[in-house]
Amino acid sequence: MALPRITSPHAKGSNRTQQVMLQVLLATVPGILALTWLFGAGTLYNLALASLFAITFEALILVARQRPVGFFLKDYSALVTAVLLGLALPPYAPWWLTLVAVGFAIVFGKQLYGGLGQNPFNPAMLGYVVVLISFPVEMTSWPAPHSVGALDGLKQVLGIAALPDGWAQATALDALKVNNSLTMDELRAANPAFGHFGGAGSEAVNLAFLAGGLYLLHKRIFSWHAPVGMLAALAVMSLLFWNGSGSDSNGSPLFHLLTGATMLGAFFIVTDPVSGATSNRGRLVFGIGVGVLVYVIRAWGGYPDAVAFAVLLMNLAAPTIDYYTRPRSYGHRKPNSGFKLGE
Amino acid sequence: MSSYREITLNGLWKNNPALVQLLGLCPLLGVSNSTVNALGLALASAVVLVCSNTAVSLVRGVVNTAVRLPAFVMIIAALTTCIELLMQAFTYELYQILGIFIPLITTNCVILGRADGFAAKNAPARAAYDGLMMGIGFGIVLVLIGAARELLGTGALLANMHLLFGPMAADWQLTLVSDYKGFLLAILPPGAFIVLGLLIAGKNRIDQVLAERAKAAAPEAPAQSRRVRVTGVIE
Repeated sequence: MALPRITSPHAKGSNRTQQVMLQVLLATVPGILALTWLFGAGTLYNLALASLFAITFEALILVARQRPVGFFLKDYSALVTAVLLGLALPPYAPWWLTLVAVGFAIVFGKQLYGGLGQNPFNPAMLGYVVVLISFPVEMTSWPAPHSVGALDGLKQVLGIAALPDGWAQATALDALKVNNSLTMDELRAANPAFGHFGGAGSEAVNLAFLAGGLYLLHKRIFSWHAPVGMLAALAVMSLLFWNGSGSDSNGSPLFHLLTGATMLGAFFIVTDPVSGATSNRGRLVFGIGVGVLVYVIRAWGGYPDAVAFAVLLMNLAAPTIDYYTRPRSYGHRKPNSGFKLGE
Repeated sequence: MSSYREITLNGLWKNNPALVQLLGLCPLLGVSNSTVNALGLALASAVVLVCSNTAVSLVRGVVNTAVRLPAFVMIIAALTTCIELLMQAFTYELYQILGIFIPLITTNCVILGRADGFAAKNAPARAAYDGLMMGIGFGIVLVLIGAARELLGTGALLANMHLLFGPMAADWQLTLVSDYKGFLLAILPPGAFIVLGLLIAGKNRIDQVLAERAKAAAPEAPAQSRRVRVTGVIE
């Protein structure tokens, strides 16, 4: 009897990084659709500009670093950074804002550290924070839902004609932060930025990102540890410090879970395999740290939303987390603690 | 004994205190948010450096090795106090802006480093010249960073120069980009680190290119195939 003999490896040969990145891009689609439904074409403009800039910057810096351009462009990591930035920046952001954010993310955040896999910080969040602290006015101008036309928006993006005053409104997190006189019910009634649980519409956006994230989880692109850690920590913190719905309210747990960048952060940012912790236990700690910091900054810090800052701070802590959460290796009763010299 | 040419080259380029030795980073990063601040501190540091090098060189034979560092620091502190009083008298506004960084010149590692590393072993003239070159080398980098950060951060150059040069410099400001949004990050501390990093990278790159060029220009060494005799007696 002749048995078919096929030599190993049996796995399909593929560029794994490219596959992962493509899956991540695919998983952002529900979020993109939700954002587009909510704010009009602004998100699409952001995505198009960010992708264009990212590919250009990546190609230029690869040439300058004398690395093969085509090979590294094909791993799509620059595109993922661009898409995450395009989703995080306010819709109808002026083109130069996107340029600065993407430039910093790709050139300073990733390539100057040595390219994909060497960057200690999440490039997209680095670019976001750079523009957030440099251009606070532009970065806090989120349009009111369903208010800006595609053509007017395009003119705003290109800097040809500004949108009429009042096109931007405070987000729900903003409104909650500056509120000190209205109870939650009054605030909800007075401010169109609030929806049923979280921000108006942004709860739908968050649910869409949650759907995309669950798809990635199903595909085993990342493990559950980091996102669950972050969401659980945020929920626990907001439950612990939930002081009812008076005028000094910090917001309910559901509000925090479904507002701002929570779900985008939990499934697309915290799960970054490069800048996060490496072991499963470490990822859990990393996620919890991000969740706690997000709540601390939202409730008591100077900025309305905090995912980017929280992620960057925990990126700094990731090597320490790795140091203390080394897994036990086979044949040893206890994990090797500490690193040997020259390792 | 290094020649004057060597001292010049060391201070300005090869052994530049800011780009190569990476000394005195605290004032370098702290006050380089505008050209006028940078220039003010650069001048103050350079003056202290020249004077302290001269003074240390003069007393180098008298000071016991065991107590030389405290003695040098006392000299530097005295000179810094002089500078501080002078700035209080003539450029009071700038003195207030620079604030703590003026007294901190005392602890600037460049100055103590040159005092112990060079002035304590050389004659006064040489030591003073070394102080001048190191001061200029430090100052150029400081002013470069200051100008770059001011330009990136505000879109203008040479703003508020009257703080240093009096009323005649009031309209020296060059607004290169009108309607500039202001890139705050460049003025904030991260901007200093990023600009310094880029300057160091630029210097290393120039050195690299120069080394390659020198290598290419140097005549090929003649191939030597002389055998070394390892046995027997050479007579």
